[in-house]
Amino acid sequence: MPVYIKGMGNISPQKTWGDDPLLANPSDYSGSKLSCIEPDYGQFLDVKQLRRMSRIIKMGVAAGTMALRHAGVTTPDGIITGTSFGCLEDTGVFLTKLIENNENALNPTPFIQSTHNTIGSQIALLLQCQGYNQTYSQRAFSFEHALLDAILELKENTDQHILVGGVDEITSYSHSLQKRFGIFRDSSSSLNLLKSGGDGTINGEGAVYITLSGEKRKDDTVSIESVLTIYNSPGNDIKEKVRDFINEASLNTSAIDLVLLGKSGEKEGDADLERIASDLFPTASLGAFKHLCGEYPTASAFALWLGARIIHEGKTPAIVLDRESGRSMNNVLIVNSYFEKYHSLILLRAC
Amino acid sequence: MKGRVYVAGTGVISAIGNSIPETFTSFKNHTSGVGKVTLFDTVYKDTLPVGEVKASNADLAAKLSTNPNLTRTALLGISAAREAVAASGVDIQKWRTGLISATTVGGMDKTENFFIEFLKDSTRGQLRNVVHHECGSATELIADDLGVNGFISTINTACSSSVNAIALGSRLIRHNILDVVIAGGADALSKFTLNGFNSLMILDRNPCRPFDSSRNGLNLGEGAGFVVLVSERVKDEQKLNPSCIVGGYANTNDAFHQTASSPEGRGSFGAMTKALAMANLSPEKIDYINLHGTGTLNNDLSEGTAVKRLYGDRYPPLSSTKAFTGHTLGASGGIEAVFSIMAIEQQCVFPNLRFETPIPEIDIRPQLSFESNIKVSHVMSNSFGFGGNCSSIIFSAT
Repeated sequence: MPVYIKGMGNISPQKTWGDDPLLANPSDYSGSKLSCIEPDYGQFLDVKQLRRMSRIIKMGVAAGTMALRHAGVTTPDGIITGTSFGCLEDTGVFLTKLIENNENALNPTPFIQSTHNTIGSQIALLLQCQGYNQTYSQRAFSFEHALLDAILELKENTDQHILVGGVDEITSYSHSLQKRFGIFRDSSSSLNLLKSGGDGTINGEGAVYITLSGEKRKDDTVSIESVLTIYNSPGNDIKEKVRDFINEASLNTSAIDLVLLGKSGEKEGDADLERIASDLFPTASLGAFKHLCGEYPTASAFALWLGARIIHEGKTPAIVLDRESGRSMNNVLIVNSYFEKYHSLILLRAC
Repeated sequence: MKGRVYVAGTGVISAIGNSIPETFTSFKNHTSGVGKVTLFDTVYKDTLPVGEVKASNADLAAKLSTNPNLTRTALLGISAAREAVAASGVDIQKWRTGLISATTVGGMDKTENFFIEFLKDSTRGQLRNVVHHECGSATELIADDLGVNGFISTINTACSSSVNAIALGSRLIRHNILDVVIAGGADALSKFTLNGFNSLMILDRNPCRPFDSSRNGLNLGEGAGFVVLVSERVKDEQKLNPSCIVGGYANTNDAFHQTASSPEGRGSFGAMTKALAMANLSPEKIDYINLHGTGTLNNDLSEGTAVKRLYGDRYPPLSSTKAFTGHTLGASGGIEAVFSIMAIEQQCVFPNLRFETPIPEIDIRPQLSFESNIKVSHVMSNSFGFGGNCSSIIFSAT
């Protein structure tokens, strides 16, 4: 059953909020991480609320508020969030104080706000939303499972508005720690990440929320058809699963107009994704997104936002495209990979 | 969404036993598992009691024949999940099988030690101690141990997490996305949570006294509880004889305060009412309520108020089992789901240890002794958490 996108909010390393045309002036970064371009939070929260909130909570609440305002919804019926790392800044602050103070005289606020469900529950608290409230934290399935849950909720009762999001932050601790695993490269131009050869990815972050409903209205332009997660499967299986996924949506692979691949700059993984795309979708346009948002567990939420904007506007920005087919944008498939252990598929359609 | 969801097997590990039979014996004998911290290093070793699982990581790994360097959350999870799968008699390789776990601390038990070296110098600290930090990592380790490579997911809605995991498992079966789901949760004790709850001044320096007027906070605990959920088709084809079904569940948000519950218990009242409606049961059909009952001033008054709003003075036998196990955070909903199913299978109700005097505002008197040979057909279990997350679940005899 399709669900319909009613509104979106996206805070990312690109200027993805406000009235700017889609990726009009892409931001290029050097180094091994990208940081979000944040709005003035005064539009969303008062000073007292802002003072208590860590950056990820502010980003989440602001993106959530954007998605609801865009949809014209005051209070949703449910709030579902995906976050793999959760509230890292507060976790780091509490852990540091715990060690430095030898377990004495600790301020409880960072502990209270360190749990993964703080983002979704702060939105509920601000909106006085007593409905369904859920938080997923399964690495690069965190957003996908939030989306799956939203689709199930809307199947069970179509006439609802569900706010669903994917949120992860980089902190200085998390970045210096992840760097030691040798997964990042120092890049002189993030926008060239996928074209410059070499190995390793760049660290990313972001907050995306989307308002969904099971009821179609005449001004809706994009629906989400289905989502699938594939854990720990060999490459050949993945290709078959992509084909089955398209067929289960009653489509042929030839109906896909644009494939957004979750290439990250990891040579082997990227080649696997490209092979799937060229085998199954030889006539579709091909694009990528992690040179814009970086690699992080909920990057697929950025891809969903991007795919939906592309369908809505009917054209794909050049910065996204690897191969242009000239086709009109009706069916967009997102094929994400996270360090080759986590794969996910999301199908978007014009409606 | 259609069809019944059956519980084919259960597994548990907590301060009162490393298996279902050990746990049942502790209940019968009124043996609490709350005591001193012995397995990790903290300045509160002698002052803050906890409900430790009575096995070190090395003991657990030896018993499970697995890697002793795994996080404690994963070791506890593997123990309970394996017990549940073995008890179910389900061939999990034959079906579309998923694992949905819940945790709040994930690999924090290792991360907090890694951080001591890392803070001195960011190039120090052994990476193998932080590689399993994420919540989803514990679930991966349990899935890999069981051989589940289909759907895996992790929920973290603080202390209500595992009930939401069981509810999601039931929904995925009813939507015909999965046939079998191993669902529950696991959480290990850590310095991080001990200090967190201590900084909130809600840890009792004595063994906790849920629902007593003199209650003065909670004791933390640890453990894991899993259930194996199956569809009607799996039950028939595998010729299983399950004792109960998942009757109903609900998830609401109190939307009152990040850590405190509303005085009228609006979130908990909403969760219980909606779960009853889904199970198509009137409140008086419930034979036993496993309360969230942490032992904090705020929770027990708020939850008790919601119970009184629902039942008036005619409430069924009810108890908090946290005086036995301590509050096992993200695992509590899974562990207490296993206890709720045990109540149906053994036709018994569990005591609320250390209760003496009712809270004056609500005057609720919980079950005081272990009692068997009573009819238990429907059990409701409550789990509430930080962030206002409130969930209730109902199990019904087949």
